[in-house]
Amino acid sequence: MEPMIEVRDLCKRFKDVQAVQNVSFDVKAGECFALLGPNGAGKSTTIKILITLLSADSGEAKINSFSIKTAPYRIRESIGYVPQSLSVDGALTGRENLMIFGKLYGLSGAELKERVPQILEMMDLTDSANRPVAHYSGGMIRRLEIGQSILHHPAVVFLDEPTVGLDPIARNTLWGHIRDLRKQYGMTLLLTTHYMEEAEVLCDRIAIMNRGRIEVMGTLNELRKKAKMPKASMDQLFVHFVGPSESGEQGGLANVKKSRRIAQRLG
Amino acid sequence: MSKKADVSPSVLANRRNPVLLYFYHMIVIIELETIKMMKDPTEILSRSLQPVIWLLLFGEAFSRMKAVPEAGGDYLAFLTPGILAQSITFVSIFNGLSIIWERDMGLLQKILTTPIERSALVLGKMLASTVRSLCQLTVVLSLSFCLGIHLQWSIGRVFGLLGFVVLGSAFFSGLSMVIAAIVKTRDRMMGIGQLVTMPLFFASSALYPVSIMPGWLQFVAKANPMSYLVDGLRGLLLDPVYAHGFLDALVLLAATLVIWALATRQYPRLLT
Ligand SMILES: Nc1ncnc2c1ncn2[C@@H]1O[C@H](COP(=O)(O)OP(=O)(O)OP(=O)(O)O)[C@@H](O)[C@H]1O
Ligand SMILES: [Mg+2]
Repeated sequence: MEPMIEVRDLCKRFKDVQAVQNVSFDVKAGECFALLGPNGAGKSTTIKILITLLSADSGEAKINSFSIKTAPYRIRESIGYVPQSLSVDGALTGRENLMIFGKLYGLSGAELKERVPQILEMMDLTDSANRPVAHYSGGMIRRLEIGQSILHHPAVVFLDEPTVGLDPIARNTLWGHIRDLRKQYGMTLLLTTHYMEEAEVLCDRIAIMNRGRIEVMGTLNELRKKAKMPKASMDQLFVHFVGPSESGEQGGLANVKKSRRIAQRLG
Repeated sequence: MSKKADVSPSVLANRRNPVLLYFYHMIVIIELETIKMMKDPTEILSRSLQPVIWLLLFGEAFSRMKAVPEAGGDYLAFLTPGILAQSITFVSIFNGLSIIWERDMGLLQKILTTPIERSALVLGKMLASTVRSLCQLTVVLSLSFCLGIHLQWSIGRVFGLLGFVVLGSAFFSGLSMVIAAIVKTRDRMMGIGQLVTMPLFFASSALYPVSIMPGWLQFVAKANPMSYLVDGLRGLLLDPVYAHGFLDALVLLAATLVIWALATRQYPRLLT
């Protein structure tokens, strides 16, 4: 069977940074795949290329067997996307945010009317559905965003740091929701995260990126074998493959600003 | 029981009729903008004060100077369509600001990953600013009624007015989207927005007839889409015959189509 996500030799350069360099990987249908890596490793850029927001300099990728080069429109029908930074409209209510995106995904009529409450229920947002999103907590907003991204039952969902800025309880709740999603819809997931535990708990396979390249890829046990550290935790493996001096060096001010902004964004 | 992850039936149904989906998407964008507008009516209200100030303060005072004999003695009437055109331009030109804001919010990125055609998104945005402009139209017409300004009335003229208001605001909000895609930040957009609207305003027949301008300025005014908006509105509101309405509308329509195409091309550049 063809993989749901197929990436070959993807490259992307911004003026002076090689953000993505010869990245290749496959994700099978129904699989959950994690992209790990220090700030500025190129995780978000990879995702943005796959969801057709950015064009690649070279290389090829297929989502649901549609090429990013020749069929971006088909890809957009097959995917959901939860961006790294918050992306809901604070002035609208949770329900309105869902309705608008449902319509953008081409849903209408009875189907839309049925889906929106379903998603609200599934994401535990029914009680606050009619409140403006500006008053939501970070965890609620993230759940709403995930809800928005799955309204049309996409084949693949891209989650760029879904739990960034969440407290441990909200994070755990969100993990539960992501697991339910997989169980209920069998969606393929690609997520990035800085929480090693998250990749361990949620994902079948893990790739570690650094400076635009994939350093290593495999299941947790395969990574342990490659590192010759049979008892290692994901944290230790990360340091092993990335190198202790790398972290946080490549992101720069723009990146820090981006992640810090999340907390104050909607107020 | 696990459901198969697949494209929804209705998405498939829509795919069979891309034209319908195109308009559906465009209307969703208009809906989104309108909902937001309704949530914060202070913005519309404060914007609609602007033409009131121009007509009441500037218009009343300036008309006493009798500086524009070409206006035929009733300068306030002459000024009304000019101020209407100006307020349409001003509310539309800041459309670009909200786009940059949405880009900064990450909302634009997310919208662009849904199956909406770029041109439908742009057209939706352009038409959404029409809603604001229609508020301005209502305000200006009510005010001129209160001031006892003598205007021409007929059903045909009302439809004509609506047409010009839609075209004018679509053009200027499209223009502001093009500018937004070039300047990319909110601060610069604020500055450039002002910078662009002022000369457009003064190099049009909004405040005085083109005939009193020096030759080079007349030339600029001829190339200025705002002149055609003013001319159209003035013809419909004041001129009992107004013969060249189609020409005005045609020029404005052509300009709007060009700016629509341009904005569709430039818009994705906001992301980089
Ligand atoms: N639009 C852009 N213009 C210029 N450089 C960019 C742009 N977007 C990303 N970069 C640079 O490309 C590199 C990769 O960025 P990317 O956002 O993909 O990293 P990331 O792995 O997602 O990091 P983080 O964990 O901080 O989110 C960084 O050096 C970043 O500064
Ligand atoms: Mg990132």
